[in-house]
Amino acid sequence: MENAITVAGLTKRFGHTRALDGLDLEVRQGEVHGFLGPNGSGKTTTIRILLGLLRADGGTTTLLGGDPWRDSVALHRRLAYCPGDVTLWPNLSGGEVIDLLGRLRGGLDPKRRKDLLERFDLDPRKKGRAYSKGNRQKVGLIAALASDVELLLLDEPTSGLDPLMEEVFRQVIHEEARDSGRTVLLSSHILSEVEALCDRVTIIREGRTVETGSLADLRHLRRTSITAELASPPHGLAELPGVHDLEATDHTVRLQVDTQHLDPVLRQLTTFGVRTLVSQPPTLEELFLRHYEVTSR
Amino acid sequence: MTGTGALARLILRRDRVLLPLWVFLIGLLPVFVASSTGSLYPTDEARAGYIRDALSNTLFLVLYGRPTEPGLGALTSWRASTSMAILALISMFTVIRHTRVEEEAGRRDLVESTVVGRYAGLLAALLVTCGANVVLGGVVTLTMLGQDPSTEGALAIGAAWAAVGCLFAVVGAVTAQLSQSPAAARGIGGAVLAVAFVVRAIGNVNSETGGAAWLSPLGWIDQIHPYSDNRWWVLGLVAGFGALLAWLAFALAARRDVGAGIVAPRLGPAQAAPGLRSPLALAWRLHRGALLGWLASFAFFGVLVGGFAETAGKMLGENPALKEYMERVGGTSAFSDIVIVGLFSVGALGLSGLAISAALRLRTEEASLRSEPVLATGASRLRWAGSHLAFAVLGPAVAMMLAGTIGGLVHGADTGHVARELPRVLAGALVQLPAVWLLGALTVAMFGLLPRYAAIGGWLALSFCFFLGQLGALLQLPQSIMDISPFTHVPRVPGGELAWTPLIVLTVVAAAFVAVGLAAFRRRDVPVT
Repeated sequence: MENAITVAGLTKRFGHTRALDGLDLEVRQGEVHGFLGPNGSGKTTTIRILLGLLRADGGTTTLLGGDPWRDSVALHRRLAYCPGDVTLWPNLSGGEVIDLLGRLRGGLDPKRRKDLLERFDLDPRKKGRAYSKGNRQKVGLIAALASDVELLLLDEPTSGLDPLMEEVFRQVIHEEARDSGRTVLLSSHILSEVEALCDRVTIIREGRTVETGSLADLRHLRRTSITAELASPPHGLAELPGVHDLEATDHTVRLQVDTQHLDPVLRQLTTFGVRTLVSQPPTLEELFLRHYEVTSR
Repeated sequence: MTGTGALARLILRRDRVLLPLWVFLIGLLPVFVASSTGSLYPTDEARAGYIRDALSNTLFLVLYGRPTEPGLGALTSWRASTSMAILALISMFTVIRHTRVEEEAGRRDLVESTVVGRYAGLLAALLVTCGANVVLGGVVTLTMLGQDPSTEGALAIGAAWAAVGCLFAVVGAVTAQLSQSPAAARGIGGAVLAVAFVVRAIGNVNSETGGAAWLSPLGWIDQIHPYSDNRWWVLGLVAGFGALLAWLAFALAARRDVGAGIVAPRLGPAQAAPGLRSPLALAWRLHRGALLGWLASFAFFGVLVGGFAETAGKMLGENPALKEYMERVGGTSAFSDIVIVGLFSVGALGLSGLAISAALRLRTEEASLRSEPVLATGASRLRWAGSHLAFAVLGPAVAMMLAGTIGGLVHGADTGHVARELPRVLAGALVQLPAVWLLGALTVAMFGLLPRYAAIGGWLALSFCFFLGQLGALLQLPQSIMDISPFTHVPRVPGGELAWTPLIVLTVVAAAFVAVGLAAFRRRDVPVT
């Protein structure tokens, strides 16, 4: 099947800063694709190039079979976009903005609009200036999600949403992918969100793709860090597979373990009598650090 | 009130350029009026004639009230009184800018989380604005002493100007409490000023002692009668009313939450009207408030032009020095025509503000990132830009048509030749349009090529044209420099010959600027922030 998005060797400079430095990205039709990277890594720049708002300096970009710069208007009718920081006109109500953006795209489904307003618990009658950050974000999301389009480009769409609403967002995206077969490009720096939603992931750093593949492929990159206070001094942990950076001082142990090897480590730990246990999933940063460790070897 | 001093210093730091600028520019207004009046009407006799003419023209009574004495100071105080409305507006907007605008931007939350009292922000804004007005009053007093040396008169006129500014600063403090939106606070304040102006006008037209004008704060200021009977007790009335309003502002502030208004924000429609489906419909929503304000002002401007032309022309004709001067620079055309041309050329400079600000909407929408979701839909860049451009092009055209038609009707009714004057005055309004468009078009070109400098470029160009237009002849600048301003090329109609070539050239250049701007915008990155 043809890719919804194919980007190869994309470069973009702003003055002396190199925002994109040979970025590659492939999004297959019908998948939810996670687009990960720290702040300032080039996610928004990439999405703006995909929208034909910025002109690439080099590389090739194909979006829904067209050139995003040349065919921008025709392509825009087939996609919907939600920015990471939705700004609204102070004197337009949320409902008006949702309708206007939907109509400019070529129409939106009134039933779906109503359903989304209920699920996201948004009052569409408030004026733009009266919404909080999270509610502005909901306006942008509903405008995008209620549109009848093939492709959704979502740029950190859940920033400012409370956990309850984040959960609603996850459900909606699940349904999107399952029921309507839409393609979603979801840029984020929240790993758990990407993990819950995405089929495949592309990780970028400083304008360059550092890793791409299915989540299962990326599992090997993942480590959980564990801190435990034990009843008796531990031993034999270093020999277990997947354990890194072990630090044991008397009754306290600190270590990192590849997530697929977590079970034997925990089993071993319990034999020493666990008093307290702190287990942290890897942050995006650690994932990157880990990645560079792998590639530099 | 803790922290008032620190917040006042913050305001002074933020307004260190703006504040001295308006204090001195407005503070020098009375002395300019005095020196020009003094040179045109050097004797008490000449000024008494001026007063007779003014009293016979209703428009003079509406605008300036009733003159008291032919002394230079008294006449200046009367003639400059309407300019006090500018001071009232600026003082009001300054207070709103440092209270409600700060609040809407969320900066007040940040400031008030520190050791700062609940009323410190409001008090600091009032202190700085009123302090600035006191300095302004001092400037008025000192400069007026040079024109008319009565100390008490000079003090009274300075006090009158300071009082207007302080009073409307307090009005601004009240309106800032009412609504969440700074625009609404400015709008309510502007409406208060307009009502005060109208009540004053009605009183002055109907009664020799003021009558209903005593119901308007602006009417009180007239009644101070500087350089005449110097009625200081009227100032007590102003001060008392100001104190009452200040108490009201602080009482309202005590009753509301930070960020909220006294009036709960109105809810909008849950669904967009069926017509809100194109960039043009969106642009209409964004431009209509300002546009209607401009159209109302230019309708009023039309009344001024039409109502003044005949009387002012007659007054010009009666003054031999002026007549000789006018004949030298303007030819022998009718004096009323000279007045019409002069007023429309000043009006055109003002109207360029509409062309530039409407064009700059493009930039505001881009920089605030609001254009991004719109451009990510089926709306092309040209359609989006065109929707705002329509207002930069058609807005001034409608405003000039309105001013010209109304001016022609009023002037026609005044002279009894509507059929003759209407097309002449309308033409006088419309010939200004290409020059107005050119400044808007220059802003569009800047928006396309150097978006970050579009605002500076547009306003600087207007200031330059204003400078050349007002001072160029006085400084005897060479024609090659005067020719840079598009307004230099506008034919002097009515009265002069209607030359089509400069109008066509100006329009073509404007169209070229727009084409360049749009072509550059189509090719560049969006948004440039």
